[in-house]
Amino acid sequence: MSVPRFWRKQTNRYNLIGTKCETCGTYYFPPRSLCPKCRREGKIVDYKFKGTGKIVTFSVVRTASDKFDLQTPFVVAIIELDEGTRLTAPVICSDINEVYIGMRVKSTFRKISADGDSGIIVYGTKFIRE
Amino acid sequence: MVGIITYGAYIPQFRIKADEIAKVWGANGTEISNGLGVFEKSVPDMDEDSLTIAVNAARNALARRDVNPADIGAIYVGSESHPYAVKPTSVTVGEAIGATPVMTAADYEFACKAGTAGIQTCMGLVKSGMIKYGVAIGSDVAQGAPSDALEYTAAAGGAAFVIGNDDPIAEINDTCSYSTDTPDFWRREGQAYPRHGGRFSGEPAYFKHVQGAAHLMMDRMGTKPADYDYAIFHQPNAKFPRNVAAMLGFKPEQIKQGLCAPRLGNTYSGAVPVGLSSVLDVAKPGDRIFVTSYGSGSGSDAFDITVTDAILTKIDRKAAPSVETMLNDKIYLDYAQYAKHKGKIVMQK
Repeated sequence: MSVPRFWRKQTNRYNLIGTKCETCGTYYFPPRSLCPKCRREGKIVDYKFKGTGKIVTFSVVRTASDKFDLQTPFVVAIIELDEGTRLTAPVICSDINEVYIGMRVKSTFRKISADGDSGIIVYGTKFIRE
Repeated sequence: MVGIITYGAYIPQFRIKADEIAKVWGANGTEISNGLGVFEKSVPDMDEDSLTIAVNAARNALARRDVNPADIGAIYVGSESHPYAVKPTSVTVGEAIGATPVMTAADYEFACKAGTAGIQTCMGLVKSGMIKYGVAIGSDVAQGAPSDALEYTAAAGGAAFVIGNDDPIAEINDTCSYSTDTPDFWRREGQAYPRHGGRFSGEPAYFKHVQGAAHLMMDRMGTKPADYDYAIFHQPNAKFPRNVAAMLGFKPEQIKQGLCAPRLGNTYSGAVPVGLSSVLDVAKPGDRIFVTSYGSGSGSDAFDITVTDAILTKIDRKAAPSVETMLNDKIYLDYAQYAKHKGKIVMQK
């Protein structure tokens, strides 16, 4: 990921800041600037998610690209946040067999990747068991 | 009066026992553990560093008390293991707790006392009226070379303190420092591991400076060791703080709650901050706390602190995990897994 591309989204990645349509009450992450349900009637505002939710489904990654190779096996899950929206994120666990559908999780701040020994380090949100 | 508005600590989940390290180097683990008083140490996960520890400690602090991040005017992160040589840890912490952009920030380095130096800086800015709140953090993923004595203790962890004037949970009555040029421990630019002067890091370094700052503090306050309910000293191992406490006239029960090293190791800049967090986890209004950090090179910062009624009414201590909870929540690694976690295995590039 290029440095500017990461930087543009870092507030969302660090703090789970998405959006909410105040007209229909729907939450969005990643943020949407237009509510697809309300269209021009919608009123979109920034919203910081609580960071708690449950695993809807997950995959175990056993073969990863170079940047993530040392972390295999690891879990990537679709997580439904308590506000109702869903996102895809890594789930930290010491034993991949402990992860199950419906497991309660909460967000935490971790290192996502590093561009070699001299490049930028990307930080962001991962999830752990609540 | 200026004081601690809220606090939070963070300790990674992984541990390695001193026995397991000794086994690899053909040493006697029991002898080493008994000598140092350290039986296991924390190890960061592969995606944790001093920055992620600082962020999670700061978030734990803010979980305990409703502090408007926009009122935070300064963030100082003390560490020996900032992830970048050039690019501040403190601004990423600021972004991750929503305190940017109207704030000042800087990273501190003073071996193991950079976290308490941050507390002093925040105190000065608050007392002068320049800021409403400042955040001081001590955080490290400590380095120790394979087979070196430091490898048995160099650990990971940290704690954050929001410093301010409004209803502090603990008033900081005074602070003072004792600093000299003493080369007992150092790490040159670009080097992966620190070097140290062995026994030289004891008498002319740790003991001289800790006692120097502690005596200075008690002289200024007109107090004696018996006036304090708790005392926290820098803990590169468990032996040094126990010895210096005895030399100064503190009793073992005064240092017990703040002495995390036997089960945590030395979290360098995080050591005294985590010990102080452990005391704040159980402290009652009126309790008086004596704190003296130590950073090689060398210097000590001493603090005289009194816990206020606000610790019962203004914060929710249960909103974030206690130090005791985090010390008990652990997963043991063998040396091979530890080497992988710490990046000690040479990989093909």
